Amino acid sequence: MTTVINVPPSLDEASFEQVLEQLAPLPGDEKILVDARHTRWASPYGLTALLTLAQTRGDRPGFTVPETDDTGTYWARTGFFKYAEDLFELHGSVPRTRTTGESSVLLEITPVSGSADVHDVVDRIQQKAQAILATELNIDNKVTMGFAMTLSEVCQNIVEHAGRGGWVAVQTYRWQKRLGRRVVVIAVCDAGLGFRQSLESAPGWRTSDRWDDAMALEEAVIRGVSRFRDPGRGQGLAGVRKFLGRWDGKLSVRSGTSRIAITPSWDEDVPLTERLPRFAGSQVQITIPERIVAR
Amino acid sequence: MITHIDLSSVLRRTVCELYSNLVTRPTGAAVRGEIELQLTELRDRTLTVIDFTNVGLLDFSCADEVVAKLLLRYGAVDAPGEAYFLFRGLSESHLDAIESVLERHGLAMVLQHADGGAEVFGTLTKVEREVWRAVYDRGKVSVADLPAALEGLDGNTEGVMASLRSRRLVMRFDDAYVAVGATP
Repeated sequence: MTTVINVPPSLDEASFEQVLEQLAPLPGDEKILVDARHTRWASPYGLTALLTLAQTRGDRPGFTVPETDDTGTYWARTGFFKYAEDLFELHGSVPRTRTTGESSVLLEITPVSGSADVHDVVDRIQQKAQAILATELNIDNKVTMGFAMTLSEVCQNIVEHAGRGGWVAVQTYRWQKRLGRRVVVIAVCDAGLGFRQSLESAPGWRTSDRWDDAMALEEAVIRGVSRFRDPGRGQGLAGVRKFLGRWDGKLSVRSGTSRIAITPSWDEDVPLTERLPRFAGSQVQITIPERIVAR
Repeated sequence: MITHIDLSSVLRRTVCELYSNLVTRPTGAAVRGEIELQLTELRDRTLTVIDFTNVGLLDFSCADEVVAKLLLRYGAVDAPGEAYFLFRGLSESHLDAIESVLERHGLAMVLQHADGGAEVFGTLTKVEREVWRAVYDRGKVSVADLPAALEGLDGNTEGVMASLRSRRLVMRFDDAYVAVGATP
């Protein structure tokens, strides 16, 4: 029997939870068909999380591509189908579009599994980021370096902690309803160990009464704790938080059954969400808004 | 003995010919390994200029591997040699990453500006900065002249000098002190 998992019309970090709610009661080896026919839009988080979802299934899932040409073409330009065709059995018409030339796609969906991939991601992002951050988001050129540094550190989380490859994508778009401004969004998703299991693998690690996914996220994201005993470890996410604090950015990290958010004044997200449907690995989203320039 | 290490060349030679960014821990560890190898070959007291001029991006992880671990190793009581470091060619974004890792470990270093001037950077007390500056401004201060050179500075200046020496921010030559980065 195949269970159909419906993808919402607009797929982002929040609405992806609807996908996971449908998935939660199913055994890992049950055949599923991910139905994205009626999906019109997806954020980088939505697309990379879909690829991650496929990695968690014992049986290769089916996937019906969006019916709307514009949506399919756009997903193709983000590089989604290039990887989806290996992970899913695709149904429907898959647009064959080259992945280059889309100005809002700062970085097409890119697999990350080793240090060389992080170098590749950083090399590719720098030139394009400089042009787009400065011209479209009014963000100082100097910030490009901090942005690339942030991207490097979140990608390294996969290399250092996930135990298997993940995905990164970067895109700019207008957040009309929530913010009325353009934003640049980084999504990094993997189906690896997740924060709790990674921290549990630390030498001499001992559990506590309250130990769960939420506490693991607090330890890693807020207190900079790492599974490595090296005191220099855990600086990556601390550095990311510092950079985002300076540029009014938002960081959210989901792992296991919990999600933590470092929220700027323009957002009303809750700091910690628990008892979410369980999902493997960790999923990170970073949002940096356009700067309003006084005229 | 003064040696010059161009980090960009070390990166290309030891990790990948095509790389210009110092990112990821494995990259940082490989670059530090090469620096340490060069220092082992030198044996005697050395002043090594670590040049970041042609380095694109430096992330926190790599800053920790290259800068912090190098300073930790050569500032330790069981350091493999008497090595001093002068960091050059650092951009604002390099300094952002380095400042974070120095803060994390309570470390300090000497950085050299484009005009040749130098300053201490990182975790130091006010009096440590003042003492270092006083010695640096004089180029070379004999042990006998030290009390006069540090006159007016608050705190245990002798203890501060010992601390600056152990942190490899000041060198001792026979009967005189020289701040790293100063021209004696």
